[in-house]
Amino acid sequence: MGLTGLFLISFLVVHSGINACIWANDHGEMFNKAAHFMGASVVIRILENGLFVGFIIHIVQGFILVAKNRSRRKIGYQVALGNRGSRWYSRSMGLLGTLILLFLVLHLYHFWTPSRLGGYFNIHELQPVAYENGKEIHNLYAEMLQVFQGNSPVVLIYVLGCFSLSFHLMHGFQSAFRTLGLHNQRYVVIVKTVGTLYSIIIPLALAMMPLSIYFHWVN
Amino acid sequence: MEHYKMNLTLKVWRQKNHQDKGQFVTYQVAGISSEMSFLEMFDVLNENLIEEGKEPIAFDHDCREGICGTCSMYINGRPHGPWQGTTTCQLHMRAFKDGDTIVVEPWRANAFPVVKDLIVDRSAFDRIIQAGGFISVNTGNAVDGNTLPIEKSRADESFAAAACIGCGACVAACKNSSAMLFVSAKVSHLALLPQGEPEKHSRVLNMITHMDKEGFGACSNTGACEAVCPKEISLDNIARLNMEYLGSSLTMDK
Ligand code: SF4
Ligand code: FES
Repeated sequence: MGLTGLFLISFLVVHSGINACIWANDHGEMFNKAAHFMGASVVIRILENGLFVGFIIHIVQGFILVAKNRSRRKIGYQVALGNRGSRWYSRSMGLLGTLILLFLVLHLYHFWTPSRLGGYFNIHELQPVAYENGKEIHNLYAEMLQVFQGNSPVVLIYVLGCFSLSFHLMHGFQSAFRTLGLHNQRYVVIVKTVGTLYSIIIPLALAMMPLSIYFHWVN
Repeated sequence: MEHYKMNLTLKVWRQKNHQDKGQFVTYQVAGISSEMSFLEMFDVLNENLIEEGKEPIAFDHDCREGICGTCSMYINGRPHGPWQGTTTCQLHMRAFKDGDTIVVEPWRANAFPVVKDLIVDRSAFDRIIQAGGFISVNTGNAVDGNTLPIEKSRADESFAAAACIGCGACVAACKNSSAMLFVSAKVSHLALLPQGEPEKHSRVLNMITHMDKEGFGACSNTGACEAVCPKEISLDNIARLNMEYLGSSLTMDK
């Protein structure tokens, strides 16, 4: 879980970095170019497959782990230890992960499917847009406007998805390092601090995207 | 310290044997002194039960001074009761007030089957130790102090890990019923010392393999074990164990 978790954590940095391009306020030009780059080169396509593998291993392993661990105590307690021993989100990684998975399915359906599979299997294609060099690329930005603008339920689901992600990371970030054996006091403190900041900043940045579009903070 | 008497309601898990389904039984105890230990309160209750011709409650205990790790009660949802860094036998009744209801359960984990009432079978821990929690070199007679050079901080860490009394509260508290805190304490206290060095790789592999065999869950670093451990064994030991395990599984053909 730790290794795949860290791999996915590194992916989130790239994801939110590209997302941040919408705030260039250039009608999505910078964002579209960045998104195009992420789809165009062979290297990135290979990495994308690696990412899928990473996700699948993390998810499958997670479900197996939770199921196995649950089965280790057939008869439960009358009074639960609860928050006296650990944080609720540390105990709820399975639940948080499942919520993120549900969100992920919706998210892939919204953006990944039309941009990669558009045109096949009756899936609508993204609109083309051309910039100074005249080459047509996908206007993913326009698609985003369509998905988020005036669509409060979808925006709400995205924000909730980011909340789940935040708490999932709050435990996962430092736990991954512990699983890999980090126990030097100085580094533990650093990892915990970085982990907490990361778990707040990255999901916040991700959530700001649908919010910015919904509230017309970008154009 | 203020001395007072109290009347309590106890809800205790009663189970005849491993096959029995078991249930909670409610008892009233009167005139309990705040100076008594939790186990002494149980002694009073058992005396009453015997006088009434009823079967006394079976519970584990031995040293009653917090060093053997035999006592094991899950009191009001916390192994060893409400106090930090305290075993059940060292828990005193001044932790409670007159009129309190106290729920007492046995450790719950498949790997710790109930033998009777509050007694569980913790021999799984013994078998983990037998799998590698020892050193096979002959250390001879006790040597003079400082004969073996050991860094002070390492000696201290090893000593802190060696404080584990094998009570099993960590397993009882863990949502995964994981024995990692126990195993990490046992691996760490040897791995940190020169005497434990020669066998450190096979030790960690054997102990972990055996831990899994006994049916304990996997660690997800929630930290509940550290919070309830009567000897306050640090979670850092688990990270050290993970590192030892990773290193050993990469280098050993096992
Ligand atoms: S680590 Fe702590 S809680 Fe676990 S067996 Fe040792 S002393 Fe008991
Ligand atoms: S009876 Fe020995 S530690 Fe409690």
